[in-house]
Amino acid sequence: MDEVLLRTLTPEVIAVLVRRGADFSAAEDAVQEALIEALRTWPDRPPRDPKGWLVTVSWRKFLDAVRADASRRLREQRVVAEPSPGPGTSGDDSLQLYFLCAHPSLTPSSAVALTLRAVGGLTTGQIARAYLVGEATMAQRISRAKRTVAGIPLDQPGDVATVLRVLYLVFNEGYSGELDLAAEAIRLTRQLAARIDHQEVAGLLALMLLHHARRSARTRSDGSLVPLAEQDRGLWDTRLIAEGVEVLQRALARDRLGEYQAQAAIAALHADARTAEETDWVQIVEWYDELVRLTDSPVARLNRAVAVGEADGPRAGLAALASLDPALPRHTAAAAYLHERDGDRVAAARLYAEAARQAPNLPERDHLTLQAARLNTALRR
Amino acid sequence: MAKYLLLKHYRGAPTGVNDVPMDQWTPGEISAHLQYMDDFAARLQETGEYIDGQALSPEGTWVRYDGEGRPPVTDGPFAETKDLIAGWMALDVDSYDRAVELAGELSAAPGAGGRPIHEWLELRPFLAMPPTVTE
Repeated sequence: MDEVLLRTLTPEVIAVLVRRGADFSAAEDAVQEALIEALRTWPDRPPRDPKGWLVTVSWRKFLDAVRADASRRLREQRVVAEPSPGPGTSGDDSLQLYFLCAHPSLTPSSAVALTLRAVGGLTTGQIARAYLVGEATMAQRISRAKRTVAGIPLDQPGDVATVLRVLYLVFNEGYSGELDLAAEAIRLTRQLAARIDHQEVAGLLALMLLHHARRSARTRSDGSLVPLAEQDRGLWDTRLIAEGVEVLQRALARDRLGEYQAQAAIAALHADARTAEETDWVQIVEWYDELVRLTDSPVARLNRAVAVGEADGPRAGLAALASLDPALPRHTAAAAYLHERDGDRVAAARLYAEAARQAPNLPERDHLTLQAARLNTALRR
Repeated sequence: MAKYLLLKHYRGAPTGVNDVPMDQWTPGEISAHLQYMDDFAARLQETGEYIDGQALSPEGTWVRYDGEGRPPVTDGPFAETKDLIAGWMALDVDSYDRAVELAGELSAAPGAGGRPIHEWLELRPFLAMPPTVTE
């Protein structure tokens, strides 16, 4: 069974139900139930028209729910009386679902969960396991999110930036089990790019493709991290890189730069280097300058300082780092790296050990501890 | 069946036998240690005795209520706090003896020089639901 096709149809089917008069929350519930039935029955009896099947079954589930709810008798009569499956509203209704699920009134975690379910067609259980929370917790988060957006009409124009932030969050969570959130984020961003012509949607898609291309080189079989400079570039997915670069070039040609295009450009420059030594750090620093100008983000400034260290030497990098808040995440790790490049192994070892204590996750902590141990072992010889 | 929390301390546990900070080990010794820990958790998952486990950042914040309409007071981290939890693993085992056996195994993880660290781990039983039959 083509589970991806099944999920791709989810927002379209929700949109059909809403057009026929179901409210968003009830439509979403009905489609979710139909999806679960599809997962059960399609392997043995695949439908000839998957979308038609989903619409029919979802609509029946919706009517069942309405009928079961005695307090909704009146609305049932109204809805059953006017099943208007025609084209109805103009534009792409499923695009409106993206905006609704990323609505600014939702918290980031709620927007992520609702997007994965209503746009992504994932079951509550799959989303719960991906985020390592119990299924009841995730079900509660999703139903609260649906209540939050209940009153918002589906035909309001939304803000693309909020949708992109949600997709970026999903991508960055990466992968922690059966469900590959990074791949899921790419799928949803592709779908979005097919529905809306926007340079930053393309920029985000390019960014995801270019980073995803490096995935198998990024960790060893034991889960430990491999820094970019040490990655086996033969493991990079050249097909994804080619696609990412092409998507990015078309976006940049529109001459309306945004943060995702700038980040993708940096990733593209890394992808372009056959060896770490061939990396065009001067151009990367220029893109970081753009990124700092666009976002004023301290994280961008920190990454820029490391890039300056590569382009103009570690002393220049340390000078750039000195102007930043030492409490910034990964500031100590960057300082350790630049001190080692500068030949000060004693300071580097001390800073790596300190950076390990501040590390925000386990693989980074292990990696930084290993760097400290490597230097201390060499210093003892 | 009984549930136990196995606690590893950054600070506050009695000193282990082979107590050397990790950044003073060799990279190979660190890798061997991490592998041992992974294998231990994987084995407990296979036997159905593993519930969950997490490592904790050494730096946290103390928080307390500060009265109606006021934001909570935060403070710390305090360098003088005696006890500092590094991580935990929740186990569901048949007996206290089995929990002790497992904690002993974890404490034997290799450290500096490839020798077991013999660190002290704390084993705390969950206060579970009362049994149905009480007489």
